[in-house]
Amino acid sequence: METASIVKPATHGVGSPPPPGPAIEVSDVSLRFETRDGPVQALAHVNLKVERGEFVSFIGPSGCGKTTLLRAVADLETPTEGDIRVDGMNTEEARLKRCYGYVFQSPALYPWRTVAGNIALPLEIMGYSRAEREERVKKGLDLVNLSGFGNKFPWQLSGGMQQRASIARALSFDPDILLMDEPFGALDEIVRDMLNQQLLRLWEMTGKTVLFVTHSIPEAVFLSTHIVVMSPRPGRITDVIACNFPRDRQLEIRETPEFLAIANRVRLGLRAGHSYDA
Amino acid sequence: MAVPVKSILPIVTVVLAVLAIWYAAAALMNAPLQRDMYANAGRSDYSTQDLIVASLNMERPKLPGPHQVVAEMVKSIVATAPSSKRSLVYHGLITLEETLIGFVIGAALGIGLAMVIVSVRWLDSSLTPWLVASQTIPIIALAPMIVVILSQFNITGVAPKAAIAAYLSFFPITVGMVKGFRSPEPLQLDLMRTYSASSMQTFGKLRAPASAPYFFASMKIGAAAALVGAIVAEVTKSEDGGLGARLLAGSYYGQTVQIWAALFAAAALSAALVGLIGLVERLAGRRMGFAR
Repeated sequence: METASIVKPATHGVGSPPPPGPAIEVSDVSLRFETRDGPVQALAHVNLKVERGEFVSFIGPSGCGKTTLLRAVADLETPTEGDIRVDGMNTEEARLKRCYGYVFQSPALYPWRTVAGNIALPLEIMGYSRAEREERVKKGLDLVNLSGFGNKFPWQLSGGMQQRASIARALSFDPDILLMDEPFGALDEIVRDMLNQQLLRLWEMTGKTVLFVTHSIPEAVFLSTHIVVMSPRPGRITDVIACNFPRDRQLEIRETPEFLAIANRVRLGLRAGHSYDA
Repeated sequence: MAVPVKSILPIVTVVLAVLAIWYAAAALMNAPLQRDMYANAGRSDYSTQDLIVASLNMERPKLPGPHQVVAEMVKSIVATAPSSKRSLVYHGLITLEETLIGFVIGAALGIGLAMVIVSVRWLDSSLTPWLVASQTIPIIALAPMIVVILSQFNITGVAPKAAIAAYLSFFPITVGMVKGFRSPEPLQLDLMRTYSASSMQTFGKLRAPASAPYFFASMKIGAAAALVGAIVAEVTKSEDGGLGARLLAGSYYGQTVQIWAALFAAAALSAALVGLIGLVERLAGRRMGFAR
């Protein structure tokens, strides 16, 4: 018989309410990479506040530092200056407390694990019991419409399914915050539309805070509550655009004048940030 | 594991080609010797055909014909009791024992060193030159010294030979496993970091499984190297028997057929070990989703 008491790992976010205050607060963050060709200013004096439950997209040309910013929030990069707070903690504490799930550009599934095994990976590391792991994996598979694919290996799945599995993996331990780095960048338009809708539904259901890096203007406008427009050399924020469509929005809103107006503002912001000097 | 008909033809072609070259070489190399023997016996009435047939059936040829090697192997493997010192099975088992003990030690040492090198960064630059240096010393020069030194400490019998086998097998395993443990992509490592996984967890759940293909390749090379080490060690200390001792005895008495039979026995042993590892690899590959 399984004992009734299941030892909960030391993560808040699972069950306990998150602390008050903004989910993420970026204050005057600069980040310089030392490369062989000299220093590269990836981020310069970035300020940003993300409230709980928001869906914030980061958009900008290559080299604008949007991925670097996301990685800095995740404590995968260390800012040279400035401060980042995640759930009121510094980024290392937040990472050690497993405050966020990270979805990378490529699914980064471990090829020797089945889909279910991949989703269970963070749970194994965080010390969940076998019974709870199985339950959460099942829930995760259902959440991303992959029920019945648990025993498949990653190579047996399409690119879109792999990326869905990686989203289920990031959500399996129920973090408050979801950091997504161009998760649908490598997928075709149709699959992308479908996954955008699924992601929106998921966000609506779970109420998580999402930070989402993208190259696509329609994707950003369709998904977000706020769009952060960034520009390169040095990487900085040039505009933050509110985007208040209802949470249960459908793909059709992309034809509305409001949608097009916001998309246009994003486009103008991007254009202003681009320098076309040769 | 059925071999399709299509792939049998090339295999048969290559085998036939090897046999043809071998027979031609044997006839060419042995003919002068046979001619001398005819001359000594005062015979001059032989035809070319007689010469070739006789050249391929000499008692102590320079290069024995394939059928002579096969006949010797049948004689010393099947027709001789395994307990006899004239049996290749007797000697083969001695070599196998040394090889297996040496290989297990070498594999443990090799994997252990690789784990240390991967987890402690400064050891990579300080330890690796020594490992490389250890392999630049010719084993044939080192083997007698290891035997002598170990016998000072009353370590005799299988142990010194297993030590030499281990000495030869650990290095390719270390090199392969270092590469294997470092094979995860940066993204896969970042993922572990986002889970704030301990380095033990990162090792157990990422580095170790990711190294599986390298592991099996290393094991195959290591097993073959261990066999070479065991045979070299046996040549150094031939009174204990083994395929190496058999090779040495054969060369003392000009028994080329015996040498070639022992060589083929060693090759068969090596192939069997590598094949066995390959089998385990296939089974593991199926479990790990590598078999498509």
